[in-house]
Amino acid sequence: MIIKTIEIIGLALIRFIEEFGRVMFLFLATIVWMFRLPFRLHAIFKQMEFVGVNSLLVVILTGTFTGAVLALQAYHGFRLFSAESLVGSTVALAMTRELGPVLTSLMVTGRAGSAMAAELGTMRVTEQIDALYTMAANPIKYLVVPRVIAGVLMLPVLTIIADFVGIIGGYIVGVGLLNINSGIYIDKMIEIVELDDIFNGLVKAACFGLILSLVGCYKGFYTTGGAQGVGRATTQAVVIASVSILISDYFLTAAMF
Amino acid sequence: MAKEEPLSIIELIDVHKSFKGQKVLDGLNLRIETGKITVIIGQSGGGKSVFLKHTIGLLKPDQGEVLVEGVDISRLNDRQLNDVRKNFGMLFQGAALFDSMTVGENVAFPLREHTRLKQHDIQEIVERKLRQVGLKGVAHKMPSELSGGMKKRVGLARALALDPKIILFDEPTTGLDPITADAIDRLIVDTQEHTNATCVVISHDIESTFKIAHTVAMLYHGKIIEVGKPEDIRSSEDMALQQFIRGKAEGPIQIV
Repeated sequence: MIIKTIEIIGLALIRFIEEFGRVMFLFLATIVWMFRLPFRLHAIFKQMEFVGVNSLLVVILTGTFTGAVLALQAYHGFRLFSAESLVGSTVALAMTRELGPVLTSLMVTGRAGSAMAAELGTMRVTEQIDALYTMAANPIKYLVVPRVIAGVLMLPVLTIIADFVGIIGGYIVGVGLLNINSGIYIDKMIEIVELDDIFNGLVKAACFGLILSLVGCYKGFYTTGGAQGVGRATTQAVVIASVSILISDYFLTAAMF
Repeated sequence: MAKEEPLSIIELIDVHKSFKGQKVLDGLNLRIETGKITVIIGQSGGGKSVFLKHTIGLLKPDQGEVLVEGVDISRLNDRQLNDVRKNFGMLFQGAALFDSMTVGENVAFPLREHTRLKQHDIQEIVERKLRQVGLKGVAHKMPSELSGGMKKRVGLARALALDPKIILFDEPTTGLDPITADAIDRLIVDTQEHTNATCVVISHDIESTFKIAHTVAMLYHGKIIEVGKPEDIRSSEDMALQQFIRGKAEGPIQIV
């Protein structure tokens, strides 16, 4: 019984290490191919549009309402000890340090990370990736590099937008609905939030962008088993990327703040 | 015995390949003659695709050599392998057209990758290659708008874009109606005559095999058990071969 349990744990560990190694291998190959000519600017811009511009609406909605609900919740707590004036800075700190990068990345994982896995997975099972190899065009350069670059570059951009609209959302609720004094609200926010809070949040966002694009590409690139396999790859990409983002968030936060 | 060996552009020597402990190729030996159509027949799931992927370096043998023009491609690095691959064109079973690009862009893809031709010249080559496979006015269409037979034609046009010395065909007639299949067969023969390329076809379509092949090889249990001219293959006394070309369920070949 005990031996069986240890066996199961051991097998799971081996599988995890194997998979992690393969992701790292893809990551290294991506870096190598990133710096080989020619650069495919067109493909990179196309992915930046897909990951960035097309995620804008989702990110704005998520950011605004997160900021708004934060203000609402913080108000109820702070009112108990007459600290309503701190609602603004609380919202701003939470958005820039934590919720801006994390929620943006989770939304983009659902939107773009899943699409990367599905697209590359379909290309794998319909032999389009093999076709690239046979035409002496490296699929990592052609497919993975533009997506990873787009992920790393666009997530900070989306996050700063989410931070901004989140703070606006908080302001509308705090000042507009809950009648906190506008001057104090903004003043406290400026006093407490520092540039580093915003900057570190953006560094996190870039890391999350790397995770979601790399996991999405990895799952898609190594898809097996037809249509079912593509579905499985897509689901796994979203789950693994989301969980990895949340776990790495803890460590990044511990290291930076 | 001083027999003159015909020139062989591809040669596989004692190639072994296993997947997850299961032997797929088990000491395969084969020489493929330059400028001829060689058809490899064998059961579905019998390692034909694995064989074909070895000849273009998509898979590397566990043991043995794959020589293309005398060079063992299993020992090359990525860059050298890419240089070798520029001599190849491959038509995939499902055509494997890039579905994010139009037909024209698909055919232009290898040209854009590997030549410095101007847009205008590329356009002209694309038109010519599409005409060569009997297609006209489809360059702006998306692959999803085409029928199975047309996709294969586009796939062939793309494979021909760089005027390859070797063209590989992965079950070119599978999944096509008999008339379209015959048209594709003719296209293979015409293409070979027209370009003088070496064609390697894997197939389980017996009728089409005897229509197009200069040489037929039978793959069975991971080995080439017989190679010869179509008429020699027909009159072969090998039980497995006879069972296969007559399409009988009873015989030495077990149905999996």
